[in-house]
Amino acid sequence: MISSQAQWQRFTPRQRLVRFTWYLGMVAALVLSLRQIEIIPEFLYDAPEQVADLFSRMWPIAWYYYPTTVHAAMMETLHIATLGTIITLFLAVPIGFLAAHNITRSTTVNYLAKLVLVSSRSVNSLVWALLFVAVFGPGALAGTMAIAFRSIGFVGKLLAEALEDAQPGPIEALQAAGAPWVSVVTKGYWPQIKPAFWSIALFRWDINVRESAVLGLVGAGGIGTALESSMSLFDWDRAAMILVAIFAVVMIAEVAVTYLRKRII
Amino acid sequence: MHGPNAMTTNATESGQNARSLVIRHLDKEYVRGIPVLKDINLEINGRGMTAIIGPSGTGKSTLIRCINRLVEPTRGEILVDGQNLVGLHGKALREARRRIGMVFQEFNLVERLTVIENLLCGRLGYVHPFAAWMRRFPEEDVARAYELLDIVGLKEFAMQRADELSGGQRQRVGIARAVMQKPRILLADEPTSSLDPKTSVEIMELMIQLAGQHDIPVVVNIHDVNLGRRFAQRVVGMSGGSIIFDGPPDDITDEHLMQIYGGKKWLQ
Repeated sequence: MISSQAQWQRFTPRQRLVRFTWYLGMVAALVLSLRQIEIIPEFLYDAPEQVADLFSRMWPIAWYYYPTTVHAAMMETLHIATLGTIITLFLAVPIGFLAAHNITRSTTVNYLAKLVLVSSRSVNSLVWALLFVAVFGPGALAGTMAIAFRSIGFVGKLLAEALEDAQPGPIEALQAAGAPWVSVVTKGYWPQIKPAFWSIALFRWDINVRESAVLGLVGAGGIGTALESSMSLFDWDRAAMILVAIFAVVMIAEVAVTYLRKRII
Repeated sequence: MHGPNAMTTNATESGQNARSLVIRHLDKEYVRGIPVLKDINLEINGRGMTAIIGPSGTGKSTLIRCINRLVEPTRGEILVDGQNLVGLHGKALREARRRIGMVFQEFNLVERLTVIENLLCGRLGYVHPFAAWMRRFPEEDVARAYELLDIVGLKEFAMQRADELSGGQRQRVGIARAVMQKPRILLADEPTSSLDPKTSVEIMELMIQLAGQHDIPVVVNIHDVNLGRRFAQRVVGMSGGSIIFDGPPDDITDEHLMQIYGGKKWLQ
């Protein structure tokens, strides 16, 4: 007999079993990975002491180090980030157009373009930097190219998505008026993707400011080079100065980008 | 290839008597074996408004979009000013499309461009892409755009973005953009379906007015029978992908409407 009170359950028994198996699997994975990384308990116990020690070495911060060395290195970092972002925009726009299926009506070309975008993103910026240091030698040029190539994937992918999200109606109207392809792009697509485009560019610049700060660790110029040398020399007060400078610049970039993006959208 | 140009010249010489639009044996199948349009034959001459009426999903939109090849016809011929559009590609198709103005149900303006630039978009088929990109439109085009904007009553909105306008205002811009092309024929695909009844009448009146001033025949898809009957000199009734009535609006009987739309309760 069916009871008079209606029964309702969110999941079927089968779904519950699947969910339980998932949870069990996740716990198992956590246990396994903890065993794998072999934490040495002694190192863990004295970590607070080490942190305190590090801070005491960092204090007082070597403010005098800013005008002599940090400032120039920081400017170089900003130049690497900015120039790298500009180069990326030029490289990513054509690839983004090739990846957008409503613009390039060839699935093969779409996939090839997406392959390029994925390759760019799958390589970490430090690895790109190592590659370009090998090509151009150490310095800001290698860093700039690393930033540019690392960012193509991000910018190109988001640009292709913005293009694919464009309203087809206005495009159709321009085609119906006999507009050539270039005009359809400049008058139909571009006004629609313009806010997204500038937003993507600013967002990527913001990321690139942070990424270019570490490129110096592998010899690709910028503030990272100064950080690397201070740390190797155990000049922790100078390292602290550099970290404070990076923090300040990242904060300012963040605030500036947020403000500009709001104005664009 | 000077074929298309020669055609244009001929048509212009023969003036108003040129048969503006001839459709012969047009079939359209989106899916093979399932026809949406079945052997459509239609001839539209001279001037005035022709209304295509019929229920939703009967192929009105497909028919009108086949004319400027926004939808690819499966079989048949579409002649505008004597030139067959079926089979045209690239530049030849673009040049043929310049002579066909189109007004859309959803207006299809470029929302983030100003009203005046939306009008100038009607000239994109004539203006070099680089000049258009640099916003260097010929002086006479700009003058004409302002003139048309005045006629449609939106002169003071010229510098506003299209997305700041109301539906009726947007459709006025849409019509002005189509007229900017100096088209030989004006197509309108459900131009009033997104508008309230009063605005719908104003939009129909505006199309009649502009088409009359510029001697452009208008073909309009409209599911609202009364609106179609009120403004058109000729009504084409479609049902199930075929034309089942073609004549002056006064000749349509309830019998015809029952045949076109099915059922009869709605007529009472």
